[in-house]
Amino acid sequence: MLYLQVLLNGLVLGGLFACIAAGFSLVWGVLNVINILHGSFIVLGAYAAWYSHALWGIHPFVSILLVAPLFFALGYAIQSGLLNRVIAAPVLLTLTLTFGLDLMLSNAMLAAFKADFRKLVLDPPLGVLSVGNIVLPVDRLAAMALALLLTLLLYLVLSRSRTGRAIVAVRMDREAASLMGVNVYRTYAITFGLGALMAGVAGPLIAMIFPISPLTGPVYLGKAFVVCVLGGLGSVPGAMVGGLVLGVVESFAALWFGPEHAVTVAFALLIAMLVFRPTGLLGRKGYE
Amino acid sequence: MTPLLELRAVSRRFGGLAAVNNVSLSVKAGEIIGLIGPNGAGKTTLVNVITGVHPASSGSVLFNGRDVTRFAPWQAARAGIGRTFQIVQPFPELTVVENVAAAALFAGGASSIRNARMQALEHLEFVGLGDFAERSASALTLAMRKRLELAKGLAMRPRLLLLDEVNAGLNSSEINQALALIQAIAARGITILIIEHLMKVVTSLCSRVVVLHHGELIAEGEPQSVMRDPKVIQAYLGKRYAAQTAGAPHG
Amino acid sequence: MSNPAMAALDTAARRDLGLACLLFALMALPPFLADTYILRLGTTMLMYAVLALSWNFIGGMAGYPSFATAAFFGLGAYAGGVAQKFGIGMWLAWGFAGLLALLFAAALGLALLRLRGHYFAIASLVVAEVLREIINSATDLTGGGMGLNLPLRTGQSVEQQADFFYWTMLGLAAVAMAATLAVQHGRLGFGLRCIQQNESAADMLGVNTTATKTSAFALSAVFTGIAGAIYASWVNYIEPPDVFDVLYSVKPIVMVLLGGAGSAFGPIIGAGVFLGLEEIVWRRFLEVHSGVLGLLIVLLVLFLPRGLAGIARRRARGHTP
Repeated sequence: MLYLQVLLNGLVLGGLFACIAAGFSLVWGVLNVINILHGSFIVLGAYAAWYSHALWGIHPFVSILLVAPLFFALGYAIQSGLLNRVIAAPVLLTLTLTFGLDLMLSNAMLAAFKADFRKLVLDPPLGVLSVGNIVLPVDRLAAMALALLLTLLLYLVLSRSRTGRAIVAVRMDREAASLMGVNVYRTYAITFGLGALMAGVAGPLIAMIFPISPLTGPVYLGKAFVVCVLGGLGSVPGAMVGGLVLGVVESFAALWFGPEHAVTVAFALLIAMLVFRPTGLLGRKGYE
Repeated sequence: MTPLLELRAVSRRFGGLAAVNNVSLSVKAGEIIGLIGPNGAGKTTLVNVITGVHPASSGSVLFNGRDVTRFAPWQAARAGIGRTFQIVQPFPELTVVENVAAAALFAGGASSIRNARMQALEHLEFVGLGDFAERSASALTLAMRKRLELAKGLAMRPRLLLLDEVNAGLNSSEINQALALIQAIAARGITILIIEHLMKVVTSLCSRVVVLHHGELIAEGEPQSVMRDPKVIQAYLGKRYAAQTAGAPHG
Repeated sequence: MSNPAMAALDTAARRDLGLACLLFALMALPPFLADTYILRLGTTMLMYAVLALSWNFIGGMAGYPSFATAAFFGLGAYAGGVAQKFGIGMWLAWGFAGLLALLFAAALGLALLRLRGHYFAIASLVVAEVLREIINSATDLTGGGMGLNLPLRTGQSVEQQADFFYWTMLGLAAVAMAATLAVQHGRLGFGLRCIQQNESAADMLGVNTTATKTSAFALSAVFTGIAGAIYASWVNYIEPPDVFDVLYSVKPIVMVLLGGAGSAFGPIIGAGVFLGLEEIVWRRFLEVHSGVLGLLIVLLVLFLPRGLAGIARRRARGHTP
């Protein structure tokens, strides 16, 4: 029975991880850019939700709708204004660039919001759902449901819309896509915008469940890495699978090794995956 | 006399597809062998197996009596198996002489960088690129890059040189120059296996021709008789044409 | 047959060696001239020079974007510290740290050097995190989260200590520089350059890519490990988040980018310029310190991707026909 609870906890968290990682995976798979800013975007979205709630009583679910277009615009601007200049540069340069940008953003957030943790407390609280011996907090369930919904929406956009298919085409073969009339640079900007959007909307969900602080950015970034390696790059189903697996792994690792070691176990899993199966559990090939 | 290169029932599978299927071949020292076959026949794959880029799925490769089947590319290179590439890939930011010196130093067994550069300059003179030694490798024309490939291949001090379509993309006078070079290389005692599409090259150079089709060795022998072999004609031109020409007299 | 190409080779090596000697002779002056604050700054600069030179083996010469520097640094710091805790003398402990870092890198390299590009970068980054956690948990051995105290050096005044650690770091930097020059002008460096340009072509031309890359990775670890051990002795107290800080991986990369990869002097120049800038910024913008650092990095990548040496090279090329 305990194992079932742990498993369910893991799956619930896993849905959230999938949402966190989907945008990151997309950017990595399509632009071949590791966006170190991703973690900070999530935190920024979380603060947007927290402040909206604290100042104007706006529910985090509603914040999602407000945050989405803002972050899309932010991502679009960053890519077309800055990243585009180095998009063809070696891995090292783009990685260092996003690292530098992240230093700026997280420093700004630290200065603005201070390092102490805050918690978004819903009033009235959503309570828990009890089924037999299994206890599931409703806020987590709701967050997971929304996370999965948003991830699904992203998948639909990619597979059904014209823009989405352009993105997938660029991911598969940039030259060929360009020859077919796809504006590659605009596609890059849209993709990065989508990545930022997914990070931004994950923020309110995070804020509902966990205490937030500018210091937690790297934590979410780390999770996004692991999910990508587990699930394969640029693939939303992959992020889904990777997220769920990571959630379950962390849940059981917390049980067996203690919660403080859960992250280390996840990282060890990442290294093991990279060494033995770099194409991910689903076997999809990503960029080098 | 032990053959220089011996392939025994070599196969190479990618997933379910056998790119090379049960090929056995024997190459004596001093021969110039042509490896021909339609596109996708597995010629480059076979060369990749010999040089260790892809390990053979089954069968064995013997070089000078030694089993080199499990050799990594660098080991095959140092053992005396040299090769050139169909799609030339020089080290773009190195100079021409540095490109060749690398081959001389790592595969050709030069004792120092200095000696490697000296050998490299000699090889470059031999292929006619002596004046371009200090230029960047990426500044060369295609024909010159093919010659650079040859120089690199030579610098590896091979006993066996595998030439993968050295003539692709060259015009007819460039091809004649390349032919002369290859004959000069053979005259130095290097055994050559050349993948070629151009029949004129094959007939003027090769003492023996081997034909691959769908990864299998379908014919072997002197150029003229191989080209008349109905199986070969069928492979290149299809069943109907082969049936048509089967009864026709040949001059 | 004499050839300008031949003579050029030795001239380049001789010129570099001469310049290096001059540079280090200059850097040997401060203990006679400056106060302890400047000396401490200089010691830090020399330490980062070692880290930058070390990274250059694997990141600059081989072209593998390693973020493992912090892992080697922290490992060296703890190896040195723990060894001294067990009574091993300081110099021996430092040597032990270097050796441990070297062996660790060789073993790690077997697993990681098969990866390329981003995958390698992330794996190397994560190694530091995992190591930090392991050391954090091994409380009995390392003091865990409570940190490790190193035995104090007695019988030396504050000024003498400052001099001592400056000389030590200078010596280590000199050794790292010598190794860089030797590798760059030798067979290993040639092989690394080939690998960086086109690894599979290098393989097919006879370069033992595995051994070559692993050597570079090991070299990037040994001096870093010793630097970590010296650092531990210098500051007398270390804890995991301090010595495994990701900035120990990132700053050396930025320094090499700043000074220009591909030159033996780039890392040192980059370290000097970067730390000079940081000192000025830190004094004025304490709260936004990391933000300004981030801005510097962004500007560097956008406008000076080939570093300062790249500017010099471009100017030089402009004068040759």
